[in-house]
Amino acid sequence: MDLNRRNFLKFTVATGTMGAASAVQKVKASTPKPDSGDWAGVLLDTTVCIGCRKCEWACKNINKLPTEPIESYEDKSVFKKMRRPSAGAYTVVNQFENPKSPEKPYYVKYQCMQCIDAACVSACIVGALKKDAKTGAVIYDPWKCIGCRYCMVACPFQIPAYEYDNALTPQVRKSTFCYQRLSKYQGRPACVEICPVQAMTYGKRSELIEIARQKIRTYPDRYVDHIYGEHELGGTAWLYLSGKPMTEMGMKKFGERPIPTYTEPVQHGIFKHFVPQISLFALLGGIMWLFKKRDEVEGKREGGEE
Amino acid sequence: MSGHIQAAPIEKKFFTTGVKILIAIFGIGMAFGLYRFIFSLGSVTHLNDQYPWGLWIGVDVSSGVALAAGGFTTAALIHIFYRDKYAVIGRPAHLTAMLGYTFVAIGLLFDLGRWYNVWHPLLPTMWQGNSVLFEVGMCVMLYLTVLYIEFIPIVTERFIGHSPKWIDAILKFLDRIFNKIMWIFIILGVLLSCLHQSSLGNLMVIAPYKMHPLWYTRVMPLLFLTSAIAVGLPMVMFESIWASWSFKRKPEMDVLSPLSKVAAVIIAIYFFMRIIDLTIREAWGFAFEGSLQSNMFFLEFVVGLVIPLIMLLFEKVRRSPKLLFIASALYILFGVLLNRVNVFFIAYQPQYAEKQYVPAIGEFAVTIGLIAALILLYRIIVSIFPILPAHEKQA
Ligand code: SF4
Ligand code: SF4
Ligand code: SF4
Repeated sequence: MDLNRRNFLKFTVATGTMGAASAVQKVKASTPKPDSGDWAGVLLDTTVCIGCRKCEWACKNINKLPTEPIESYEDKSVFKKMRRPSAGAYTVVNQFENPKSPEKPYYVKYQCMQCIDAACVSACIVGALKKDAKTGAVIYDPWKCIGCRYCMVACPFQIPAYEYDNALTPQVRKSTFCYQRLSKYQGRPACVEICPVQAMTYGKRSELIEIARQKIRTYPDRYVDHIYGEHELGGTAWLYLSGKPMTEMGMKKFGERPIPTYTEPVQHGIFKHFVPQISLFALLGGIMWLFKKRDEVEGKREGGEE
Repeated sequence: MSGHIQAAPIEKKFFTTGVKILIAIFGIGMAFGLYRFIFSLGSVTHLNDQYPWGLWIGVDVSSGVALAAGGFTTAALIHIFYRDKYAVIGRPAHLTAMLGYTFVAIGLLFDLGRWYNVWHPLLPTMWQGNSVLFEVGMCVMLYLTVLYIEFIPIVTERFIGHSPKWIDAILKFLDRIFNKIMWIFIILGVLLSCLHQSSLGNLMVIAPYKMHPLWYTRVMPLLFLTSAIAVGLPMVMFESIWASWSFKRKPEMDVLSPLSKVAAVIIAIYFFMRIIDLTIREAWGFAFEGSLQSNMFFLEFVVGLVIPLIMLLFEKVRRSPKLLFIASALYILFGVLLNRVNVFFIAYQPQYAEKQYVPAIGEFAVTIGLIAALILLYRIIVSIFPILPAHEKQA
């Protein structure tokens, strides 16, 4: 093993200092997220929803998923079981007891929340899941996807479903926010459009929050004082108003911290100009050189390798 | 690498009963594997929308990576810290790492829904630096390349003087070049290992609301790195003793005993890290809930960590091949392999899951089949290339 000592030592020292110098800045690094003020959202008032499940049909219809005729959705027996969105149904509605008036149960529709700082987007190894810059929808590109399913591990709402029965071209399946129809604010998602009682309002997310606050102020008896999705995990495009806490209706209690902030600072620390890597390389090289020299001094070993 | 020790190919009968059994196990595994590629993931595995990762990620991929850590720990020990007396274990450890990582890559293909897209992370247009998985993937791939490069001197050594003149000339040329630059690859190998061993632990940090508190900690990357460094040496001891027994040689106790002392120190460091982490996070209470999770935790912590650590503290254990073998095996299987399994799917508790994921027969078959294939390949390579020490060759 021949290494030019003097140059090597120089290299070691130089990169080592570089590493130390930038280590300080590096700690704080994290991605600036694009401004979400203009992104779209849907305000879902669960106290208005009548559980007709027409949105389930509309969603399958627009996404070309196999479905029974719309009449069959009047069947209320499906409510006996809690259901989850799946590869064959991007959205489902569940029924919950209403303590205020038991004859009028609450209904909750679930689908991908289109998180502002989405865990699935941060997790995807090839960028197959991306935020649509205009609407904020999280959209999926099956041609990039390698099928590692890390997005499913990452999603705190357990939304992405997988086509486990497809041998050759399985896809990650979740609500698309109907982003092709949205083209800014002209179109509306199919589920929003079909709703006979207008339980859902589509619009600019920041404006929806204002509307929701107004509603809570006007009818304090009707709503709990919380807009689920406003702050949860950094905020989601879907916002829920409810008569009892959403955490009692199939949603989990979350903090405000976006999921990507758990891993991304570490990632950026690691990747920033490769400084830590280069420094560690230099450090290891330095140790190698030192020990080798010591061995030579002690006469244990002539020359280098071999 | 590790050129001071005379190593030579093994000259023993190849088709023993053991080898035949391994071939059969491999065959069964591949039958299930083929079935998976023809009839989809769902037809062979118990994976579902709640449990997207299972046995294949937990064992084939992440445990595979951890157990192949013998390669970089011994490389560091021999070539960076210049502990020459360990050179004898350098080549076997390197071969295990090389094969281990090769099988990690193959095992991953079984799990990927779109396995034919596995090369996508290489395309700069698809780079996703925010993804922990991206970093793991890249480092593993680079490290695998480095491992193959480090193997070149072994190949040249085997064929120089045994091939036609012009090939000989090329080999000699290669040998000279690699002799000069090998130190770069050695350091690079250690560096890449440190990086991906730790980011493997960062993978599940992205699921704070799904992971059981006995395992979920922000220092998971550090714990993964330490336990991987700590498993490297027991892995080498385990293999070395096993190889000696199966080739009817005397175990290299003069090397292994001092090595086990180093191992004990690193395992002790890992042990204290776990204790401190659990104490700071006040997570001990969860250890006594009597759930599947707490039982698995005890198995991992007591059988895999406390017992082997105590064993290794005794001089008597460190000198006895049998006891050393047991202590190493306990730490490898329960301390590290079980830890990876625990982190990747026992600790993973999706709130909407209807029942706990238990791997299907097909998943076990493929995993065991791949392990059999790895052992077979090891056996084949040591009989072609000079890997194991040459002394007592015909014992
Ligand atoms: S936004 Fe579109 S894809 Fe999403 S649930 Fe509604 S209809 Fe389905
Ligand atoms: S709900 Fe899940 S799948 Fe949808 S954007 Fe958020 S993290 Fe992604
Ligand atoms: S399964 Fe596809 S979309 Fe999900 S993280 Fe992997 S590559 Fe990305």
